[in-house]
Amino acid sequence: MSTGIEARFALTRESFALDVAFAAPGRGICGLFGASGAGKTTVLRCIAGLERARGLCRVNGRTWQDEAGVFLPTHRRPLGYVFQEASLFPHLSVRGNLEYGWRRIPPAQRRIGFDDAVAWLGLRPLLERWPGTLSGGERQRAAIARALLTSPDLLLADEPLTGLDESSKAEILPYLDRLHDELDLPILYVTHSLDEISRIAEHLVVLREGRVLGSGPVAELMTRVDLPLSHRDDASAIVAATVASVDETYGLVELAFGGGALWVPGESQARGRPVRVRVFARDVSLTRVRPEQTSILNVLDVVVREVVHDRPGQALVRVEAGGVPLLARITAKSEARLQIGPGVACYAQIKGVALLA
Amino acid sequence: MATWESLIPVAGVTLRLAAVTTAVLLAAGTPLAWWLARRTGFAKDVIASVVALPLVLPPTVLGFYLLLLLGPWGPVGGALTALGMDSLAFTFSGIVVGSVVYSLPFVVQPLQVAFEAVGTRPLEAAATLRAGPLDRFFTVAAPLARPGFLTATVLGFAHTIGEFGVVLMVGGSIPGRTRVLSIAIFEHVEASEYGQAHVIAAGMLGFSLLVLIALHGLTRRLRGEAP
Repeated sequence: MSTGIEARFALTRESFALDVAFAAPGRGICGLFGASGAGKTTVLRCIAGLERARGLCRVNGRTWQDEAGVFLPTHRRPLGYVFQEASLFPHLSVRGNLEYGWRRIPPAQRRIGFDDAVAWLGLRPLLERWPGTLSGGERQRAAIARALLTSPDLLLADEPLTGLDESSKAEILPYLDRLHDELDLPILYVTHSLDEISRIAEHLVVLREGRVLGSGPVAELMTRVDLPLSHRDDASAIVAATVASVDETYGLVELAFGGGALWVPGESQARGRPVRVRVFARDVSLTRVRPEQTSILNVLDVVVREVVHDRPGQALVRVEAGGVPLLARITAKSEARLQIGPGVACYAQIKGVALLA
Repeated sequence: MATWESLIPVAGVTLRLAAVTTAVLLAAGTPLAWWLARRTGFAKDVIASVVALPLVLPPTVLGFYLLLLLGPWGPVGGALTALGMDSLAFTFSGIVVGSVVYSLPFVVQPLQVAFEAVGTRPLEAAATLRAGPLDRFFTVAAPLARPGFLTATVLGFAHTIGEFGVVLMVGGSIPGRTRVLSIAIFEHVEASEYGQAHVIAAGMLGFSLLVLIALHGLTRRLRGEAP
């Protein structure tokens, strides 16, 4: 039995053509990323069987659709779907909504307990309320619980945070993060927000105009200079690290990763805890000589891998610290003066590191 | 001179006709309205136009063709006679068929509008929650279209009660079988019995008004109930 998600769809509409093929791991959160109109939602709808495209869809060894004519209708696919607008049934209470899918699953197939889902998503005080009386964040939490209660093999989430205010977003992201930790449930997550991708995705599929531009681990795809992610103003690298030590005096935490250590502001944390940090390209500068007297805490030994000129007077440099990719945004003048080019060993000074989880 | 007692069988036939017609229309009109609400294209335009025909055709035209269809020499009536049954002309069953055709748009159109208002999203959500097509209809579409069912029931019932031309053409005016209130008014007027005509006419006016007021109130409550 092969694990993972295999998808291939072709679809032609009046103003839009979709032609995608990708594979994603059978666990963890996979982001489907792209601008609006890239076909992200259409891909998700094809996987759910809500849209009928030519192609193939296999999830953890089970065929949902293939070219030989197999096409399971949506209600026979063991999936959960969280729509952009929560789409709770307005004629049912929150409890009624949660029970809708739950009741349709044979008890022997239920892997997620009703009370557990209610507790995880903090819904106990809302159970008897009507969807119309909930806030956007509460509605989306109920929609996530409703989808989970069908004990799906795959959770599809279509921009579940779009349209929510910042506090509601901050309220829901940790829940999504916990889902795949605690439930071992693969999630396909559609978004156009690089910020959300940075926080929760492990794998990434980048779409543009109905086609796949790239697919792979998020740390790799975000730093690939041939993909649009690395050319945005908020271009950044994702570094997976573990807590190595805590400096109580200065309120700093040392995070160790393959390319050395990073110091970030933080409070006492358990050693060995896995964390994820985001390093923006605009916060990374390069020097040929190890800076000794500098206010910048984080200096890493790096090797230049690629240099591209994507903006007038500027260069984007992909470097590696012990194999871990980072991006640096520098001026073309500095590039020339420091003779930055592939294979050059230098030092990356990192002005700021965002601790994500 | 008609007496109060003579009104009772007429009112009885009328109410029975309206009740049976409404029941038949809800059973047949619901799938039709559902189909219309979820279709686009030429086939939908044709069927929707056929459904709307009774709104624009004179009832006598409908009644005339139905009489030909249902009478002993018509295709339907002929088939029934060949099977040893009576043709439907001048029978209660015949006026039920006539009323069903005549009131069809009053039931199908409110249902269609209500189903269209439900939209596809709640049904898609239900499908992702393992509900099959029939299950989705009964647990999501129908409850969400409740105001449409109420309107369809009331309009179908009230419109059948007020029907005249089709019933007269298909059913004649056989006391106790096919004579309904609106025909009774006509006959009283023909016989210059304005007093009796008044009693029935005023009764029907009051009834119709009450029904519509009740409908508005109920619809408002239904809409308010599920926020």
